[in-house]
This record gives sequence, C-alpha cells and structure tokens, in this order.
Amino acid sequence: MATVRLRDVRKSYGSVEVIKGVDIDIEDGEFVVFVGPSGCGKSTLLRMIAGLEDISDGTLEIDGQVVNDLEPKQRGIAMVFQTYAIFPHMTVRENVAFGLTIAGASKEEKERKVAEAARVLQMEHLLDRRPSQLSGGQRQRVAIGRAIVRDPKVFLFDEPLSNLDAALRMNMRMEIGKLHQDLKASMIYVTHDQVEAMTLADKIVVLKGGKVMQVGTPMELYHNPANLFVAGFLGAPSMNFLQVDVKEAAGDRVVVGNGALDPLQISAEGSSFRAGDRAILGVRPQYLDPSEDAAGMLHGQVELTERLGSETVVDIGLRDGSSIIAAISEDRVLKAGSNIGLTFDATKAHLFPHEEIREEAH
Amino acid sequence: MATVTSDNRGLRLWTRYAVLILVAVIFVFPLLFMVMSSFKPSTQLLLDSKSLRAFLPVGDLSLQNYTDAFIRAPIGVFVFNSVLVTGVTVVLCLFVCSLAAFAFVFIDWSGKAVIFSVLLATLIIPYETIFIPLLLMASQLPWIGADGFELGWLNTYRVQIVPFIADALSIFLFVQFFKDLPKELIEACRVEGASWWTIYRKVVMPLSGPVIATAAILKFLFMYNQFLWPLMVVQEESIRPVMVGLGYFTDQLNVPWGEVMAYLTIITVPVLAFYLALQRVFIASVASTGVK
Ligand SMILES: Nc1ncnc2c1ncn2[C@@H]1O[C@H](COP(=O)(O)OP(=O)(O)OP(=O)(O)O)[C@@H](O)[C@H]1O
Ligand SMILES: [Mg+2]
Repeated sequence: MATVRLRDVRKSYGSVEVIKGVDIDIEDGEFVVFVGPSGCGKSTLLRMIAGLEDISDGTLEIDGQVVNDLEPKQRGIAMVFQTYAIFPHMTVRENVAFGLTIAGASKEEKERKVAEAARVLQMEHLLDRRPSQLSGGQRQRVAIGRAIVRDPKVFLFDEPLSNLDAALRMNMRMEIGKLHQDLKASMIYVTHDQVEAMTLADKIVVLKGGKVMQVGTPMELYHNPANLFVAGFLGAPSMNFLQVDVKEAAGDRVVVGNGALDPLQISAEGSSFRAGDRAILGVRPQYLDPSEDAAGMLHGQVELTERLGSETVVDIGLRDGSSIIAAISEDRVLKAGSNIGLTFDATKAHLFPHEEIREEAH
Repeated sequence: MATVTSDNRGLRLWTRYAVLILVAVIFVFPLLFMVMSSFKPSTQLLLDSKSLRAFLPVGDLSLQNYTDAFIRAPIGVFVFNSVLVTGVTVVLCLFVCSLAAFAFVFIDWSGKAVIFSVLLATLIIPYETIFIPLLLMASQLPWIGADGFELGWLNTYRVQIVPFIADALSIFLFVQFFKDLPKELIEACRVEGASWWTIYRKVVMPLSGPVIATAAILKFLFMYNQFLWPLMVVQEESIRPVMVGLGYFTDQLNVPWGEVMAYLTIITVPVLAFYLALQRVFIASVASTGVK
C-alpha cells in the first residue's frame, strides 16, 4: 500500500506532447479511476506510472520515493492489461506464480499464495488448465491473480474489462470492487466506461487531450462538474446543453433565457458573466420534469420516447428549434407529438461560459 | 441445397489434392531417380535414363554401388564432418540470431534502427563477392590452440562454423516473428520483475517454436550444402564435408554414375531425418502454445 504523486508530469513522443503537465495525488488505499475519451493519454499515463514509458518531465513519487528512473520491477507495482497478457505456454498455476518464481520464492510460499489468490478469485478448479482452455473472464482472473500474489504497493489496471461481454463485465466489475475492499491496496484503474468509473472509484480523474479536466469523487464530478467537458462526459444519457443569453448578472446571481426558456435565475459561483454574454446552460435529463399542462420553464413537443425499462427517455423538440432529452420514470406515458412544458430545479442546473464550446471542438 | 454444397466442397478438395499430388510428384521424381539409380550398374543406369524405367526398380539391382562408393571415399568421415559442422552451426545460429533479434525488437537502445538497416543491407551482398577477403582473413585469424597462440584458421572445423553462425536472414526471421508476439506479454514480464535473460528464456523462446523450426531448416540446408567455402579453406580429407566429397566421384574421366547416386542417397539421409524431427517439434509447439 502506498501513495502515488504526480507533479507536472509530461510525456512527449518526438515533438508531440501527449501528456501536458499532470498533477495527481493518490492516497494510500485509494481506488482512483482515470477516464477520458480515446486517445486522451490514459494508458500513457498509467504506463508511465508502471515504468513502461519514460517520463519526459516532472516527477513521479510512489510511497514518498521519486521513481522516475526506476525499472518497473523496482516500483512495487502490478499491472493488469486489457489483453490479459497471460503466458499461453504456461498453466494457470505457473502464470499466477510467475512473479514469485522470478523472485525466487520457495515452493511452499508459491503454493500458499497461489492457493490464496485462487480462492479469492474463485478459480481453484482452473489452476492446471492452459490459457487456451479458458474464457475471457477466466483469463482476466488469471491476470489479476498474477498481480495479487506479489502483494504490490499499487495495482494498475488498463481497461481490464473492455474485452469482456456486458454481463461478464458487470460481474468482474463487482469482483474488482470487492478485491479492493479486501486488499485495501492503492489501485489505479483506466477505463473509458463511465459506469465503471462511477461505481468503482473513490476518486475520478477526468482526462482530455493529456490534461486533467477535473479530479473528485464520483458524486462531486456528477453534481459539480467544473467544466462543460466533465459535465457532458459523465452521466447517461448525457447532460443537455442549451445555448442561452445572459440577461442580467449581479455577482453570483445570473439570469439567463432564450427563445425556449423563460428567464431563469441561477447561481453561478465564482464566474464572471456579464449581461449580454452568451452561455451554456446544462441540465441533466433526470432533473427535467415534463408535464402536459404546458406550464413550465421550457416549452416543446415530444418527438420520440424510448422505454429502457428502468426509465423512459424522451426526445423533445424545443420551440427555438433545438432539442433536449428528459429521463422520466418508467410508469409515466408521454405521447409523441404532444405539447409539453418542462420544469427543473434551477439549483441543479449548471452554467458554463460559451467559450468552452470552442474548446470542446478540439 | 445440401448436396450442392457438399459436391462443391468435394470438388474443391479433389482439385486441391490433384494439385498437391502433382507438385509432390514433381518433387519426388528426381529423388526416386536418384534412389533407383543407386542400385543399378552404371551402364544400365544410362540406358534406363532414356525411359520411365529410370524411376522403377527394374533390371540388375544390387548394393554394388554402395560398396564401391565406400571404397572410393571415406563417406563416414564426410557425413560425420557435415553433420557436426551443420549441427553446431545451426544451434549456435539459433541462439545468437534470436538473441540479436530480441535486442532489436524488445530493448531500446540508440542506433538500433541504423544498425538494423546495415544488417539488412548485407543481405544483398552476394556471398561469393566477399570470398577472397574472407579467405585471406581466415588465413590470418589468431587462435589459442593446443600449442598456445597460433595464426590461421585454415583446415579446421571452426573455419567452417564460425563465419556462418550469425546471418542477417535468420536475424530477420526472428525479428519478424518477435514483432508479432503481443508486446503486453513482454511488458507483463517486466512489471513482474523478470530480467531480459529470463524473458528471453522463459517467455519469448518457448513461444517461438515455429520460427525456430523455420530458421533451423533454412540454416541446415545452407550449411549442409556448403561447397565452395570448404573447398577453399579445407585441404585435409579428415575434416571435409559431404559436398566437397562429391568431387571424389565426379573428378573422373568416366564418372561412375551408380556410385554417385549411391553417395547422394547416403548423404540425403541426415537431411530427411532432420526434417522429420523438426516437423514434430513444429507441430507440437503450434499445438501447445496456440501461437502460429
Ligand atoms: N508510441 C507512441 N508514439 C507516438 N504517439 C503515441 C504513442 N503511444 C501513444 N501515442 C499517442 O498518445 C496519445 C495517448 O495515447 P493513449 O494510448 O494513452 O490513449 P488512451 O487514452 O489510452 O486511449 P484509448 O482509450 O483509446 O486506449 C494518443 O494520441 C496516441 O496517438
Ligand atoms: Mg488505452
């Protein structure tokens, strides 16, 4: 168990900088998830922590020691790869014991630790098989087994579940969560699946283009996204964004509106909106409450409803030509074509500067 | 519907077999001719060669050619020399070339790309063009022998082995194969704390059965067929290889063709044995690792 600290960590391939100054603090025993779109540098960052990629600039500390120039094996980490990376010519037992064999562990110690790992991962019956005789989920279990027998200080996972089908993925996700509770080790987990991020993480690091967009607990990020990117990235269906005009601004109190939205006062702490600015209003679909009595802050027409079982997603065309999505409970029925009004709690809406739209474009 | 498909498949299978059989026949006929002729007296052999009888065990068959061949040349010595030189070279080549390829593929070091291109460039230099310089070099190379320091490698086993241990083609074969191994496997090893040597020995080589077999066969054939180099660097009969030994039969006014065929048949046996052994290894390794 250990802390991990990244200070202004950078990585360049030739003249292309792919990690552009990242600061992250990971506490002892914390489960930290790196999320972000494809190509944002999640894997690169993880591999830098593992020691598989050089760190171009900045410092990386594990357990209080700067490890920039240490070999992977000296860093006390274990890694689980997306493609499992278990050795096809060895049995499961040999695979799990690989790190111990290299470290010169005694036969008894190997047997004990392998048995322990097999018990935790429920794969005692697989120990004498070869990887080619295992399913994807079982292979990933072997890879995790190989990681836990060495009691590493930090576990690194690079999209460990993305090669599995949906049902198995959920299963393994829960097992990894349980594993973290049992081992209480520091874990860093890379994924682009926001459900994995939300469910597993003590702390989420949202990355984009090699930069940290926001760090926080899943709920902090969900309820208080620091910017448009984080707001749109987390949550499903994703947050609605409405282009609005700032009508009045006085300190933290801002009044916004547009063709479809009646003037609405919301609080935007620490922002510098001025009357006449354009802004983006973000509202999660779950917080929109449509009703057919046409009273409400937003007005539009139901275009499509999708019943997902647990909830119903409604596509609504607004008066100003834009559209918006509402998620309502499954027992409510809204007919396509009907005119409706939408209300929402202004304290649960977020206001972002309009410039961020352009930043999003690249 | 079903019958159409199965007919189609049957037809395709037939054509495939027909083609394979034809190819096999084309390859087998010369061998058949060699083996059959080795049992025939030279006069009959020459007559038979004008008809299909050349491939058939007909006429006056005996082992006379074999006895005569053994009298004419120390065949046992030649075969021993060739098997020794070839075997040692193949083993050392597999080791050295796979290590080199390992360094090219898995380890980062500066100048790697340049050195690899230079290495590949040596492939286009015909072996014959560097013969004379090589010969001069071999005659001057130092060695610590039984009587201490000496100069010159001529007339030794080592001069037939050492120059051929490393070659660009074998390294290239290994490099191509290593590149296709999942790089996560190597990274997992590094994270687990394996040294390069352990990774090479415990992971990379066990997964490389197919390329080991391929490189071994190519090297074996090349070494076993060596003629010009040993002809130049080896004068002593006791260390001559088989191909140079062929001269004992063909450097005549009247070539004893029956004996030539007997000699060729004998020296083909180690090649066949080698092929069969490697085929087993090859199939076993593909089956056990799932790496093709
Ligand atoms: N060896 C390399 N040479 C040059 N550029 C690289 C190299 N490896 C990665 N990159 C670049 O670095 C960026 C980050 O890659 P990385 O693999 O970390 O993304 P990621 O966030 O893991 O994406 P994904 O979700 O698709 O796995 C990408 O733009 C990629 O093109
Ligand atoms: Mg990745």
